[in-house]
Amino acid sequence: MKKLALSLAAALALALPAQAQSKYPERPITMIVPFAAGGPTDIIARIVSENMSKTLGQQIVVENVAGAGGTTGITRAVTAAPDGYTIAMGHLGTFSAAPATYPGLKYDPINGMTTIGLAGGTPILIVAKKAFAPKDLKEFVTYVKANADKVNEAHAGVGSVSWTTCTLLKGQLGVPKLNSVAYRGTGPALNDLVSGQVDFMCDQIVSVAEQIKAGTIKAYAVASAARSPALPDVPTTKEAGLPEYQIEAWNGIAAPKGLPKEAVDKLVDALDKALNDETVKKRLLDLGTVLPTKEERTPAGFAALIKRDADKLSPVLSAAPKQ
Amino acid sequence: MTEMFANLSLGFGVALTLKNIALCFTGCLVGTLIGVLPGVGPIATIAMLLPITFGLDPVGALIMLAGIYYGAQYGGSTTAILVNIPGEATAVVTTLDGHQMAKQGRAGVALGTAAIGSFVAGCFATLIIAALGAPLTKLALLFGPAEYFSLMVMGLCFAVVLARGSILKAFCMIMLGLLLSTVGTDLETGQERMTFGFPPLSDGIDFAVLAMGVFGFAEVLRNLENPETRDVVRTKIGRLLPSWEDIKQSIAPCLRGTFIGGTLGILPGNGAVLGPFASYTIEKKLAKDPSRFGRGAIEGVAGPESANNAGAQTAFIPLLTLGIPPNAVMALMVGAMTIHGIIPGPQVMTKNPDLFWGMIASMWIGNLMLLIINLPLVGVWVKLLQVPYRLMFPAILIFCSIGIYSVNNQPVDVAFTALFGLFGYLLIKLGFEPAPMLLGFVLGKLMEEKLRQALIISRGSFMTFIERPISAGLLLVAVAILVIALLPSMSKKREEVFTE
Repeated sequence: MKKLALSLAAALALALPAQAQSKYPERPITMIVPFAAGGPTDIIARIVSENMSKTLGQQIVVENVAGAGGTTGITRAVTAAPDGYTIAMGHLGTFSAAPATYPGLKYDPINGMTTIGLAGGTPILIVAKKAFAPKDLKEFVTYVKANADKVNEAHAGVGSVSWTTCTLLKGQLGVPKLNSVAYRGTGPALNDLVSGQVDFMCDQIVSVAEQIKAGTIKAYAVASAARSPALPDVPTTKEAGLPEYQIEAWNGIAAPKGLPKEAVDKLVDALDKALNDETVKKRLLDLGTVLPTKEERTPAGFAALIKRDADKLSPVLSAAPKQ
Repeated sequence: MTEMFANLSLGFGVALTLKNIALCFTGCLVGTLIGVLPGVGPIATIAMLLPITFGLDPVGALIMLAGIYYGAQYGGSTTAILVNIPGEATAVVTTLDGHQMAKQGRAGVALGTAAIGSFVAGCFATLIIAALGAPLTKLALLFGPAEYFSLMVMGLCFAVVLARGSILKAFCMIMLGLLLSTVGTDLETGQERMTFGFPPLSDGIDFAVLAMGVFGFAEVLRNLENPETRDVVRTKIGRLLPSWEDIKQSIAPCLRGTFIGGTLGILPGNGAVLGPFASYTIEKKLAKDPSRFGRGAIEGVAGPESANNAGAQTAFIPLLTLGIPPNAVMALMVGAMTIHGIIPGPQVMTKNPDLFWGMIASMWIGNLMLLIINLPLVGVWVKLLQVPYRLMFPAILIFCSIGIYSVNNQPVDVAFTALFGLFGYLLIKLGFEPAPMLLGFVLGKLMEEKLRQALIISRGSFMTFIERPISAGLLLVAVAILVIALLPSMSKKREEVFTE
């Protein structure tokens, strides 16, 4: 019986790539988003996948598998059959930070999956409550260092983008033990920042831009190489005097290891076409997203980005006192 | 005042186009039909139906999504009344008296009361939002972690009053609920607690899984034991709609519920959850004969259902005026708005007045649609009760399983639900009630989170809960509730009334 099953599996394994080569994709593709519907990653996944479906001639179905900072969904996606019918939209946290944050992680983002490409970069901003004393980033740095026992930082939970990027900031400022208040998600954290219960946080531009424009909170700097067109008045960390703090919360597509080349090529092409589409471009830019470069849209370029940020984050995150 | 009417007329101008009315109707209908699947609450329904709005303009899409939300919310009450399965936390209270009414052959009256109560609450909530939306926003900002913690403590005290049987047993169940809520990843440290290294537990226990198990599955098990009891329901269906007498009894609870639910709905961090519980507690306290509660008192349906719907609507206030979602459903609405190119913020009202007022107007239209859709459906739902057990129970179990699976797409959730079903059966056999446990469970997560946030901000000083006036006030109310519930004379009366 076992033998029969084995030979059947072998036959299937032989037959599948051959089929995939000629016809991929011949049924709908599942894109796992490892977060709840409506979040920043989910929004980008839905915008991009809608257009990719047109190119591929098959619907990409977004499936939200939330849990454990996104690692539950990515684990399921990259341990699925490498046939091109299960892909995932992950982000900075699940692909670069997770190995250092979750010691028992069941996947290896560097060697254990097939990268497809980057879908978009999301700038990170350092924001504070309106009444917070420091006026600019330089004052902020001095103030935080001098008042490390008084300042409260807010984040959206261990493993979240705001936690990851702020832990990096605290590490670089030399105040890793700064008081940090954990919330369940960006919404409640932002609520308490607007009402002045907490002092500052780091988060993605899409979550905070409207509050900054309305003046309910203030922004010190954006941690990208260039200013964001969505907030042209906010200086970069380089301009404002903290050049080493460079981090972006990107979202990108990956698949199980060993994906047939045919499938990889078709997915890469579909992603590229989606990112060149005017409607998709406009919608992503409206969110404050930075469109990926030609290089970052390739599997190798995306893999390099994952490795670069993993190297940057691992030492800080591993050393971070988890309170 | 004139400004408000000008704004509302702008809103109705937007919402009353044929297309938007059709979208609102479709949203409510689809939301009701999907939401009536046990376990499929508003979040799962909206997430599932989000893609169908992609082709619409932003205003139309949001009107439709809001319709889906109300529809799904109402659908949850339908299952609570008919089969004793609360679709979400706010419907837990409805099971207490709503399902009892169904057992007495008054399912139609219960459903009708819920629909009419929701409509009345919806009308008032729409007016409140239109008139006071902007100033009320300040209320949301007054509540920090300390105030919120005290509010939760007050909420827990409601649970004691909620109990039908012994206070001691209710207290045990609250504690059990609190304990269950601590399973999962620690918010501050990211360490796993009480998961036994079992990965599916790392995010804690899902509310739907627990509720579906201890209510839905356990109810099926209990009924299997004694299949004859429900034949009463099958032969005698009774009136389909509430009589004038019923309506007279419901008016005051309905208005009080609207006020309580509407106020709590504005608070950040899912204050709306408390609305139905608070309303039920107050109705039971005000009633001349509290012993009717838990045995099919119509006030126990009218009040909480109104509170539920008013809260569902005022929860839009922080989202529309502050741009901050107060709960998971609203977070999903933020996503939906963003996908349609409108990023919610404090300026939505000035930047997109047609959207802002159009949505408010559509809330009222949505409530009217719900009434129009649901009153005729009452007959259909009630007929479902006549389906023989051998068809009904497998169907309930299948739909529960589908619903549970669709929440997180995790098969293990279904297995957990079955486990909680056995546990719930055991509780019923031992005379413990699941409702206080669910309240403890829902509030436990929030309480722990807020307690720790408040203490981190105050650098470990417990005085913060007393020094802040709102927090101190809420704690005082909590103490008062406890004293009233535990006063020797009163508890003696309770014993007499509630001996099982």
